[in-house]
Amino acid sequence: MKTTVKTPVKTVEHLGRGPLGRDELAALVARDIPPGSFVNLGIGQPTTVADHLPAGSGVVLHTENGMLGMGPAAHGDEIDPDLTNAGKMPVTELPGASYFHHADSFAMMRGGHLDVCVLGAFQVSERGDLANWHTGAPDAIPAVGGAMDLATGAKQVFVMMTLFAKDGTPKLVPECTYPLTGLACVSRVYTDLAVFHIGPEGVTVAETYGTSVAELASRLEVTVRTLG
Amino acid sequence: MTTVFTDPAEAVAGIADGSTVLIGGFGMAGMPVRLIDALIRQGATDLTVVSNNAGNGDTGLAALLAAGRVRKMICSFPRQSDSWVFDGLYRAGKIELEVVPQGTLAERMRAAGAGIGAFYCPTGVGTPLAEGKETRTIDGRDYVLEYPIKGDVALIAAHVGDRMGNLVYRKTARNFGPVMATAATLTIAQAHHVVETGELDPEAVVTPCIYVDRILDLSATEATS
Repeated sequence: MKTTVKTPVKTVEHLGRGPLGRDELAALVARDIPPGSFVNLGIGQPTTVADHLPAGSGVVLHTENGMLGMGPAAHGDEIDPDLTNAGKMPVTELPGASYFHHADSFAMMRGGHLDVCVLGAFQVSERGDLANWHTGAPDAIPAVGGAMDLATGAKQVFVMMTLFAKDGTPKLVPECTYPLTGLACVSRVYTDLAVFHIGPEGVTVAETYGTSVAELASRLEVTVRTLG
Repeated sequence: MTTVFTDPAEAVAGIADGSTVLIGGFGMAGMPVRLIDALIRQGATDLTVVSNNAGNGDTGLAALLAAGRVRKMICSFPRQSDSWVFDGLYRAGKIELEVVPQGTLAERMRAAGAGIGAFYCPTGVGTPLAEGKETRTIDGRDYVLEYPIKGDVALIAAHVGDRMGNLVYRKTARNFGPVMATAATLTIAQAHHVVETGELDPEAVVTPCIYVDRILDLSATEATS
């Protein structure tokens, strides 16, 4: 099935409210995943997007440890040590599920067959470069997992993150300072304060939450455009 | 010709010091714990281990690491909430680490098993993991040259085997098993049980017997030990 990610025609500022909560952010990402897509949800917050996909959406979840048609988390008697997600948590299978080995699972990804993947990030650059695997701190043990394969392989890479780090510095930046995961691979950035689209024309604000485009522009070092 | 064993010690006999050992599993799913325990007792050391993770908790691969038998880990994701054994060795400078993107790790082993000399891969272009590697632009896209990873030995976990060495797996415990089986000189599988030749549906065989040298029949092992 051919799937297309919808693009709004005009930037919307949601001013009469606060920033998005974690659940609201997950729901927003779920809203933008086209029905019938093959989707990989990264470890951590992106996993929660699954809870917000509408029934009957026809979205098929891929997990890189070798499965299409992954169902919700397993509980109680459903727990099977042979059936886990990429975060090694027990999950369930849905009707129509299939299993395959790791080289096939990543061929599916690298070969451009996945419609959307959703990943967390430390930083995204205005060109869509992604940094999400390593802080670069001298005492940190590097661990990349499938992040580079997903960033490079999926047709659309959505990032979910807070727009500002705990120290107040922006995570949407002119140039990533953390070690890179992939070059020019991110197409959308979903944050607590705004949704950004990234393309050849640069960074566009699609929606804001609890803030205005003007206020965002003053807090970011990247140039942001608006729609419409 | 595949040999079926009921004694784990016999199943891992002859693994030499300095070997490169491919170890299946994604976390604990598909990890050949009985074979690893037997390898620890067998005593081979100075090993290079290729596995997705670098041990979870204190069993399986983590126990092999704790026993000081591993010189180098090649893996995609060593750092986890329960990777304390590896973390301690790494921070103490007692183990080398090569981090490889997960799909590249799988494909490098697939290449070894399929007789491919090297391949151009888009993953990792422009990142620290591509530093020092040959790159090439093909049809406007950049690629990194990646080389095969061949094992002296593969230790994998299957669900059911037959006496000829054909294997089937169960759910996501399949993960790296089928690829590793192709990529090693000596492939040793543990299986929950081993059935007579002809009992597995040929259409459902995942790893054909040509790749499998030894099978440890866990059902018989448990019955005798």
